[in-house]
Amino acid sequence: MYLSLRIVPHSLLFVWTTMFPEYPPERKMNLDRAEKGPANKALSARSRMPWNIYMRRYGTLYLLLILPIVFFVLFRYTPMAYILLAFKKNNILKAPWLVDWAKNSGFEWFLKAFKDKTFIAALKNTVFLNLLDLIIGMPMPIIMALFLNELAYPKFKRVAQTILYLPHFLSWVIISSITLRLFATNDGLINKLLGTSIPFVGTEGNWRATYIFLGIWKECGWNTIIYLAALTGINPELYEAAEVDGATRLQKIWHVTLPGIRSTIIILLIMNLGHILGSEFDRPFTLSNPLVVGASKTISIFVYERGIKGTQFSLSTAVGLFQSVVCVIFLLASNALAKRFGERGVW
Amino acid sequence: MSTITHVETTNGKKLRDGMIKSRKTRVGDVIIALFIFITMLLCLLPMVHVLACSLSSADALVRNDVFLWPKGWNIEAYKTVLTTQKYVWSLEWTAILTVACTLLSITLTVCCAYPLIYENLRGGKFINFIILFTMYFSAGTIPNYILLNNLGFLNTPWCMILPNCISVFNVIIMRSFFFGVPDSLREAAEIDGAGPIRVLIKVYLPLSLPVIATLSLFYAVGRWNGFSDALMYLKSSKAEKYYPIQLMLYNVIKNSTQTTEQVAQEGFFDNGVSKTIQMATVMFATVPILVVYPWLQRYFVTGVTIGAVKG
Repeated sequence: MYLSLRIVPHSLLFVWTTMFPEYPPERKMNLDRAEKGPANKALSARSRMPWNIYMRRYGTLYLLLILPIVFFVLFRYTPMAYILLAFKKNNILKAPWLVDWAKNSGFEWFLKAFKDKTFIAALKNTVFLNLLDLIIGMPMPIIMALFLNELAYPKFKRVAQTILYLPHFLSWVIISSITLRLFATNDGLINKLLGTSIPFVGTEGNWRATYIFLGIWKECGWNTIIYLAALTGINPELYEAAEVDGATRLQKIWHVTLPGIRSTIIILLIMNLGHILGSEFDRPFTLSNPLVVGASKTISIFVYERGIKGTQFSLSTAVGLFQSVVCVIFLLASNALAKRFGERGVW
Repeated sequence: MSTITHVETTNGKKLRDGMIKSRKTRVGDVIIALFIFITMLLCLLPMVHVLACSLSSADALVRNDVFLWPKGWNIEAYKTVLTTQKYVWSLEWTAILTVACTLLSITLTVCCAYPLIYENLRGGKFINFIILFTMYFSAGTIPNYILLNNLGFLNTPWCMILPNCISVFNVIIMRSFFFGVPDSLREAAEIDGAGPIRVLIKVYLPLSLPVIATLSLFYAVGRWNGFSDALMYLKSSKAEKYYPIQLMLYNVIKNSTQTTEQVAQEGFFDNGVSKTIQMATVMFATVPILVVYPWLQRYFVTGVTIGAVKG
């Protein structure tokens, strides 16, 4: 997560969308003011302020922005120039625009990737694991948040929240070192307690289940923050009205709580669909073991092994570009779909 | 006052009033509490197990006797870790790195978020777009790698500090929080003749301590737990002294794996002695964060919900 910005920390994104359903409220207020009273004059006068006065008054703002902009240009936009390498011969000693075009009018590496069985397997694994995460993993924090919301003991709730956030703060290296110990086939603790010898991480199918389970274990509690914050936005009068009408607890959840967090769920669904081809690195990489490579090798690991370890830079740049483009397309498509159904969407 | 606690208190009040409560809900309450209690145990027990293992004797671990309570109490493993130069340096270095990264990141995040709240900032929309665009499209692993290679940052600490020092999400959160500060405060300060920087220092920063604490935690956790950038960018053996604790732990665990069968049968650890030491190292690598986050949790939940109310 730390390395690749494509992996969206959903909670953070949500914080933004809940805080500012209509971006940005203050600015909107100013515009309203501008249309009416005398403040209008002041505002338009401000925007017609001559450059020298403007710079004297607000120039320091640009000074503040220098370093962040240098950062974005250098570390986010310059690499985009190197994407060109995906269409060129494999040579990173020269700048990519000086290298000759690759064969097949530049698309050689893409063709090569799609003929490569390892890549196709990685692609399948990525999509499969992400789909499982989406279908099984996404409802969990919602259910958990509903339970937390219904919890009647405030002090217990606070302690529970703290404990439930704990796994989020463990790194995948730590988690893999703990779980490979707990889940080992013969003398793993869980098998010992159960008196069985289930290969939790030994076969591909079981490994996938463990992978999904650990993902839920790590992020479920943390992701409830999103939904709990959304739940606070529900008007309490709705609950009171439902109670007056004699609604049971389940009916209240179904008719008040869930509709109240529907737009949140949709936004997260859009983001998740947008990342159906995005792949984490740490999670499959650390949890993997030689027995289950067939299930655990995702695109991110493919890129790491071929590109950084194997120096096939052009091929892995092409794969990365394919991944980024598909991500953007999925994000745009799912956002458009959500809007078609009358939801707010991400933007 | 966070809104989450607010809801809790209204729930609490409802219960105390006893007006709405029926016997049915009480059964429901217990079931829910039980469910959450079990989930809590699920989150907590693995860490308790690790703690127990790290305090046990090596024999007990080989016999796999340890569950939640140490057998053959001793703190040898911790002593070994604290006297092994490799581990101590790795912990120190990761701590230094984390503090440096967090300071740099939070400063840059403030610098980036603050000017964007000025609605009459010329070119502001363009800058905004530049920043938001990187959230949806990134060049990918290899172009970043080539860039760092060309800049000469590979195998230096810079490759772990600079490439991820601003997170767009954190900038957005910070900006949102700044938007929540009433405009009138800023205008009042401006009328008193304060320039933008003065307004930032005197008005915005003191009011946004909760969000600064929250984002610092996010950045610090990201760096402390960060592993893949070190794995990819620190390749030469000279750079081993820059290995953060997570990468070192990963290597220790991986090196102790010997054969494929052993992975399946024994997990990743080969013998009892190193098992206790590894567990102690895991404790060292997790405790700093586990100690800090519950204290900051209050701030970040408050930060999130204050924003929600204002929005």
